[in-house]
Amino acid sequence: MNDPTLRRTPLFDTHLATGAKMAGFAGWAMPIRYGSQIDEHHAVRNCAGMFDVSHMTIVDIDGAGTLKFLRHLVANDAGKLKSAGSGLYGVLLNEAGGIIDDVIVYRRDRGYRVVSNAATRDTVIDWYKGRADRFDTVLVEREDTAMIAVQGPEAVARFADATGLSEVAELKRFHALDVPHKAATWMIARTGYTGEDGIEVILPARGAPWLWRELAGAGVVPAGLGARDTLRLEAGLNLYGQDMDETTTPPESNLGWTVAFKPADRDFIGRDALETQRENGVGNKLTGIALEERGVMRHGMRVVTNAGEGEVRSGIFSPTLGYSIGLARVPRAAAGEVGILIRGRERRGRIVRPPFVRKRSRGRAKSREEP
Amino acid sequence: MTDTPDEAKYAETHEWARLDDNGHVVVGISDYAQEQLGDVVYVELPDVDQQVDAGAEAGAVESVKAASDIYAPVSGIVVAVNTSLDDTPELVNQDPYGDGWFFAIEPDSTDELADLMDAGEYSEFCESE
Repeated sequence: MNDPTLRRTPLFDTHLATGAKMAGFAGWAMPIRYGSQIDEHHAVRNCAGMFDVSHMTIVDIDGAGTLKFLRHLVANDAGKLKSAGSGLYGVLLNEAGGIIDDVIVYRRDRGYRVVSNAATRDTVIDWYKGRADRFDTVLVEREDTAMIAVQGPEAVARFADATGLSEVAELKRFHALDVPHKAATWMIARTGYTGEDGIEVILPARGAPWLWRELAGAGVVPAGLGARDTLRLEAGLNLYGQDMDETTTPPESNLGWTVAFKPADRDFIGRDALETQRENGVGNKLTGIALEERGVMRHGMRVVTNAGEGEVRSGIFSPTLGYSIGLARVPRAAAGEVGILIRGRERRGRIVRPPFVRKRSRGRAKSREEP
Repeated sequence: MTDTPDEAKYAETHEWARLDDNGHVVVGISDYAQEQLGDVVYVELPDVDQQVDAGAEAGAVESVKAASDIYAPVSGIVVAVNTSLDDTPELVNQDPYGDGWFFAIEPDSTDELADLMDAGEYSEFCESE
């Protein structure tokens, strides 16, 4: 993994020293797994794991017109962010209502911070820049930072142990805290992409190897992008570029709930298209499929339903459940039993509503196992 | 570094084949292959008494990463399959040359083994991949 065309995160050397299996992802050299991907997955579900997500795109937006700018670009309403430290999930839409990216917007003491995907970096930055002039805003793309996600039922406690920052325990879900740490400021958010409790920390690049080491010392297990994918899919969370893209709208992507139509006079990009689609009806939906036979569903496999054909967008073997699960785009009326074409053979599956794994049901499963 | 025992012969498709004391050819996938695939989650095996042909598909292995076909390294009749892989496919990762074996063939002839790579050739082949 010495490909010079790939960008490196501040933790690149740390990953190599840990024996990570590295691969190119969205133009970055990223750890896919360190040892067993399934062990890393279970570590996050049962205790605590950490992910290097420094490849994510972070843009700080400031200036008098920032809120107007965000209310125009994000389909969820940044006006809901009533105080510094609150955060909001939403999507950026094009005029046709297609999804350009999914983002988290944080309101800070001064200005806003928007975190989006790595794969869409150039598209999203261009999208902002092409519209920022009409508002009084200043955009700063942060390239001097690292981002580490610490996830799992023990994540917050272990993080507090490792750093002494016990105030994170009080942090509410989807809220963020700016804390001074060693002459720098860390932003710590109670967010994640695993379906577990946890935090995501944005800190200066130079501090990342130190934090990674301290967390490892506190028993937090390094986990790669492989486990990140199986965890997010069990939690029913979309992956941009796979489960949604510029050709699919939020209602077609199980994200209708992220669009704020109220107040009616908020003019956000894509609104007209979504309202038209709402009147005419939405043809497809993104839903979950659980495989009831052996095999593993993968991206692009054909799905046969009672209401017509569809396609698997994301498919994995679920380490928690012990069978294959996936997200598929199928006709809206599809329900019940479906067939999935896996390597030339039709296998039986069932349409289910994501998430596939919930914290509560896991608790029950766990207590069943105990003698 | 991955393990490549001298007792086995190797195919370019990363199966190993080893002649046992009964004259059967035992087949599995190499340590290099399991390392590349990552955690194995399902193994599809041929049926006992099934005829398999050298270089033809005889099963499949699904890992967290991808599905891969398994090719028979020699022609013959399948005489045994490792049914413990049904419930514990992780044996392929833990012990690829031992408990993680896939199936055994009664070979039409042992000549086809000579067409496979020895351990040294296979190690070089993996490095060049």
